[in-house]
Amino acid sequence: MREGSAFRGPMRPASHGAEVTKRAVEAVSARFGAAVRERISFRGEESLLLDGARLVDVCTFLRDDPELRFDVLTDVMAAHFLDRDYDYEVAYLLSSYPNNAVLRLLVRAGGRMGPGSVPTVSGVWGTADWQEREEWDKVGVLFAGHPNLKRILMPEDWEGHPLRRDYPMEGIGA
Amino acid sequence: MPYKTQTIEPGTELMTVNMGPSHPATHGVLRLILTLDGERVVRAEPVMGYLHRGMEKIAENKTYTQFIPYTDRLDYLAPLSNNVGFALAVEKLVDVQVTPRCAAIRMLVCEMSRISAHLLWLGTHAVDLGAITVFMYTFREREVLYDFFEALTGTRLTTSYTRIGGLSRDLPAGFLDEVSRWLERFTKELDEYETLLTKNTIWIERTAGVGVLSAEDALDLGVTGPNLRASGVEWDLRKARPYLGYEAFDFDVPIGSKGDVYDRYLVRIEEMRQSVKICRQVIKMMPGGAINVDDPKLVLPPKEKVLTQMEELIHQFIIVTEGFEAPKGEVYQAIEAPKGELGFHILSDGGASPYRMKIRSPSFVNLQALPKMCVGALVSDVVAIIASLDPVMGEVDR
Repeated sequence: MREGSAFRGPMRPASHGAEVTKRAVEAVSARFGAAVRERISFRGEESLLLDGARLVDVCTFLRDDPELRFDVLTDVMAAHFLDRDYDYEVAYLLSSYPNNAVLRLLVRAGGRMGPGSVPTVSGVWGTADWQEREEWDKVGVLFAGHPNLKRILMPEDWEGHPLRRDYPMEGIGA
Repeated sequence: MPYKTQTIEPGTELMTVNMGPSHPATHGVLRLILTLDGERVVRAEPVMGYLHRGMEKIAENKTYTQFIPYTDRLDYLAPLSNNVGFALAVEKLVDVQVTPRCAAIRMLVCEMSRISAHLLWLGTHAVDLGAITVFMYTFREREVLYDFFEALTGTRLTTSYTRIGGLSRDLPAGFLDEVSRWLERFTKELDEYETLLTKNTIWIERTAGVGVLSAEDALDLGVTGPNLRASGVEWDLRKARPYLGYEAFDFDVPIGSKGDVYDRYLVRIEEMRQSVKICRQVIKMMPGGAINVDDPKLVLPPKEKVLTQMEELIHQFIIVTEGFEAPKGEVYQAIEAPKGELGFHILSDGGASPYRMKIRSPSFVNLQALPKMCVGALVSDVVAIIASLDPVMGEVDR
């Protein structure tokens, strides 16, 4: 981020954020129409299911658009599936502090969706470095292009990824 | 034979030093691999996982209610705050609004845990920099707070106070009066701590200009809580995305300007004052009524009814043995915990336990900013920087 460009305040009301989230959904659909697979609304939260190949472009657009300014990546969560036509679903929770808006991006990988990897967004937000490392460590989804994809919570020589659904609760060999 | 001196050019002889995982100043089992050029830090790499207990895996194998005790062990300096954060996330998933009395009590305990957590930070931070007296003062007040928590929940640390849709028990008799009296005294205590540190030359020398984190870097690295606010960003979830009814309360969000260790100190001190202010308002407005929502499929019935009524007995049996059915969907709910944004990200596939749950812990994300703050600092500054970042390893490693 350019020096002096960071949001400093004041906070906007959550109602303004909901408005901006709606605008962000429309802007992404208009600009990356073919890459948006599905739009999900649940409990007031908006999610967009995207084609993994366009993830970095969408993230960069959402971060840099002067109206939207999704300047913070709050959370990354990967989930593993055994019975679907994809192995992984990765959720990215984006926040715009200047607008007080939230948007979730979803990407699927593995199985019939191709290789079990999604592109890294660590070039868009620095915080993705550890967050993606953690999700790979626990779930095993690869983040292609990540600069330092190594264990972070599990020991270095650990085998397997404990949050996969076929990994027993008691551990392997217990 | 004459003694010969040898000059070493800076940057030519680097040394790698292990700090932790068992080191009194790393506040738990944090390990840092420091690359040093003399006394200067060239590189710092945090190594975590020594306290990893697989909480997220456990969550997938427990009902929502059964997971509450595990949240005590996240940020173990503010267990009540974690209890509330988790309960709010599950309540969002099952779409339940808690009663006004429940919300007010939760807010009160959240602010009391913020004071308790900040007191521990202040005491240990001061000890790390050699000011041992402050530690004695803050631990005396923490003891009082622990007495309050014990009166309220039955235990000092593993509180497990919330339930999905309510609380495990109501306030004990005379609780609010006791807390009011303590708040009165505590405000004066805070002034006393400040006389020991705020204008203390040694304290300022050790903290001002040390471990600077710019607002740009803080946002890029996802830093939240007092650490972000000290860097000059006005962001507090209690104001931005109010939960529990914080929007109706009058309090300020203190922010810093330089983002150094001293600013982080000032911000947390002021946050304690603001928490006192919120506590006073909550005590004044404490509504009556039930603490649990009236939903027999979600909340355990009162014990006396379980022992006398058939229907209540059945509900109790089902909730305890099977849990309640949550709808399919994905929700994220965060609170402004003492350390920053504590979020629970729940992916539900229906059923009584989450399909996948990510705990977005503020300490884990904040810790990523540590290398940036340490590079160029002296080894003794690293101690000050870690303390000012206030990480709790229970929450980092989960």
